[in-house]
Amino acid sequence: MLATLRKFWSSTGGLHIKDYHKDQSTQQPVRKLSATTAHELVIPLQQHSGHKPKLLVQVGDTVHKGQCIAAAEGNISVPVHASTSGKIIAIEERPIAHPSGLDDLCMILAPDGHDNWGEQLLPPIENYAAASAETLRQRISEAGIVGLGGAVFPSAIKLNVPEPIQLTTLVINGAECEPYITCDDMLMREQAAEIIIGCLIMLHALHEHAPAQGLDCLIGIEDNKPQAIAAMQTAATQASDPRLKIVPVPTQYPTGGERQLIHILTGREVPSGGRPTDIGVLCHNVATARAIYQAVVLGQPLISRYVTVTGKGVAQPQNFEVPLGLSMQTLIQAAGGYTPQAKGLIMGGSMMGVALPSDQIPVVKATNCLWVNEQESAPEALPCIRCGRCAEVCPVNLLPQQMYWHARARNLEKVEQHHIFDCIECGCCAYVCPSHIPLVDYYRYAKADIRTQTEAREKADLARERHDFHQERIERAKREKAEKLAKHKEAAQNKTADTADKQAAIQAALERAKAKKAQQTPAPTTIAPEDKPA
Amino acid sequence: MIFGTKTSPYMHAPQGVGQVMAQVIYALVPGTLVLLWFFGWGVVTNLLLGLGFALLLEALMLKLRQRPLLPFLTDYSAIVTGWLLAVALPPYSPWWLLLIALVFAMVIGKHLYGGLGYNPFNPAMVGYAAVLVSFPIEMTSWPTPALTSIGQISLTDSLQQVFLGGTSHWDGLTQATTLDTIKTHLRLGETVSQISQGQQFGWIAGHGWEWVSLAWLAGGLWLLYQKIISWHIPVALMAALAGMALVFWLINPHSYSSPLFHLVSGATILGAFFIATDPVSASTTPIGKLLYAGGIGCFTYIIRVWGNYPDAIAFAVLIMNMAVPLLDTYTQPRVYGTKGRFGS
Repeated sequence: MLATLRKFWSSTGGLHIKDYHKDQSTQQPVRKLSATTAHELVIPLQQHSGHKPKLLVQVGDTVHKGQCIAAAEGNISVPVHASTSGKIIAIEERPIAHPSGLDDLCMILAPDGHDNWGEQLLPPIENYAAASAETLRQRISEAGIVGLGGAVFPSAIKLNVPEPIQLTTLVINGAECEPYITCDDMLMREQAAEIIIGCLIMLHALHEHAPAQGLDCLIGIEDNKPQAIAAMQTAATQASDPRLKIVPVPTQYPTGGERQLIHILTGREVPSGGRPTDIGVLCHNVATARAIYQAVVLGQPLISRYVTVTGKGVAQPQNFEVPLGLSMQTLIQAAGGYTPQAKGLIMGGSMMGVALPSDQIPVVKATNCLWVNEQESAPEALPCIRCGRCAEVCPVNLLPQQMYWHARARNLEKVEQHHIFDCIECGCCAYVCPSHIPLVDYYRYAKADIRTQTEAREKADLARERHDFHQERIERAKREKAEKLAKHKEAAQNKTADTADKQAAIQAALERAKAKKAQQTPAPTTIAPEDKPA
Repeated sequence: MIFGTKTSPYMHAPQGVGQVMAQVIYALVPGTLVLLWFFGWGVVTNLLLGLGFALLLEALMLKLRQRPLLPFLTDYSAIVTGWLLAVALPPYSPWWLLLIALVFAMVIGKHLYGGLGYNPFNPAMVGYAAVLVSFPIEMTSWPTPALTSIGQISLTDSLQQVFLGGTSHWDGLTQATTLDTIKTHLRLGETVSQISQGQQFGWIAGHGWEWVSLAWLAGGLWLLYQKIISWHIPVALMAALAGMALVFWLINPHSYSSPLFHLVSGATILGAFFIATDPVSASTTPIGKLLYAGGIGCFTYIIRVWGNYPDAIAFAVLIMNMAVPLLDTYTQPRVYGTKGRFGS
């Protein structure tokens, strides 16, 4: 319930960054932005990892706030909802949040200014403790909830733990270790009670997999967020559930990585290539917990989220509750617009964020932070001096300098032997590198290269298999044909042999008759048919 | 608004290669000052010649290799190499000795292999070993601290010694190093304790050398504190050397010097903190570093005691440099999430 003194499992590596630049965006309370005044909302069809949902609306349709406008399709999918009421004015390709400025299918919604829910609120499940796990999962799925920590994987699927697995711990990630991002911090300060209820809902949805005394629910928060920790502790005390434990964790990037946080809190390591459930742990983000509360208790689908707008490039850094689909440009205007220093727009934080080519891009479920930076010119890269700092800070205990060396030489086999696929691309190595080598770029490149090669190899293998099978089939056909032919031949010969026998018999009979006739004449020899091999 | 796109991370620690090397240079200052105290102007001439030749050769090679001058001259790696050779060679070394050492270090040891970051061997030790085998007399005649300490030899005499090929009374000012003396006298059948009665011996090792080693140690500890080097290499090197010395000293203290003597004599401390820790040519994994430095310690002892050369840090470092690729390959640390699994 209260933060108890816990032993922290020392993590290897990680960074102690001097300035996390978090204060600039936490000075004001979160401002709720309304979708009603926006000239249009651009709602991408695909905002989660998994299958693309199916469109349910057509151009010209009027929709209510919260109306499902695209339905889940396939196993890993969630629906998409209208963030406000209005009219679908277009369904077309628009740029989405992708570094290369890719276009994707979006529903363009012109708000009518009423923000009218109509009949679209899902029936609230106030007594969630009486609901079945299946009901809760279904609600979480139909509310379009995905992991809001950045992975945007459908939450209901994560909560649907396969049968034999027994869990011990539900980890709630409030670490928020990336510099600049403060949306989870502000959410915990302002909506702690809702987050706690969201955790209780998840605990209930998982009770079939829990041990007798119930799951441990460890809410990990980095100790550089004292206000969030205090608010969460108050809320947890009020909930008075012994399973809930608020755990301040040391501030060290990347503590907020799922695997890193699990290790710090439980001392267990998620197996390489495996999932947290393999060691009895499930991990969800605090913002996801709150969205689950809203979906279950209030019946609201996921149509808005907390977004940090920060950096030297914006006039008034702060957090907003933003309706999904709002243009980033509008959001930045709400934060006082750009300053003359604005040079780069990053979605996410300074360590793992994605640089966007333009601000004409909608806020989506994955948008946790917009960081407008002043983009100092990157120092020129020098050769690696093998100082090994990258290895000291690697949270996965890799040897980044060796991977770099082999990746540069395109020695992909060696790169793989150095466990490149365990690299989480946290950027610690590139951060500390005194030679300023863009190490993560090399790993991304090597990973992509290995994947391409593996795919090509698999394709080639498949093609070879097909070719072999084709050859084999032709051979077999030939063989069968030959066998058939031989059989026919044999049959034909047998037939000739039969006729020959008959003829011989007739002949013999004739001979006998002849012999009878001419008893004095000597008996002629009969010619037996030749015994030809078949 | 349209923005340029880069790739993450967008934030970098302020420290560059230049700052790393600069820290090494700061750490070399105390030891160099103590050398200056005991050996006078000869340390200054060594240092100026060493740094001058190092920068000159670095610039020349960069020019020949058509590489930009500024980023590589300001990484200070040439200065570190020049400085290390300047303090490793005997003070008052003739100018040509330093030049030859630095040609081997900078041209052959470093740039012919591809320059900064690509040299498999420690450049300073390549230069040191080359002149040690070529000019053994010049390399083993160290000035006597009692006769050459600061102020005892004039600048004119010093310059004459360095540039004009020696003053008439120079021989009287130099002596063999303690390691050398022990070795030659042991062969004459004397015991270690008898030899240590000699004038050139101080309270542990050579007179004055205790202070030099302490000063190197101070700089080395500062490097550790600044996290420029990790503890693995100095600790493993000294532990292996002292461990071997301890075994033989316990067996026969008359024929073998004490572990402490080995730690303080010659270039042990300088080697453990400044030479073996050269990141480019050292192993890079924690276990690899322990094995690499342990190997240097063992080879140093073996060559010092049974080899023909009185000191052996340079040869031991070069030998272990050769083992680095192998060590790095087979000593990968256990990756997160691979508990209880062997290999991959």
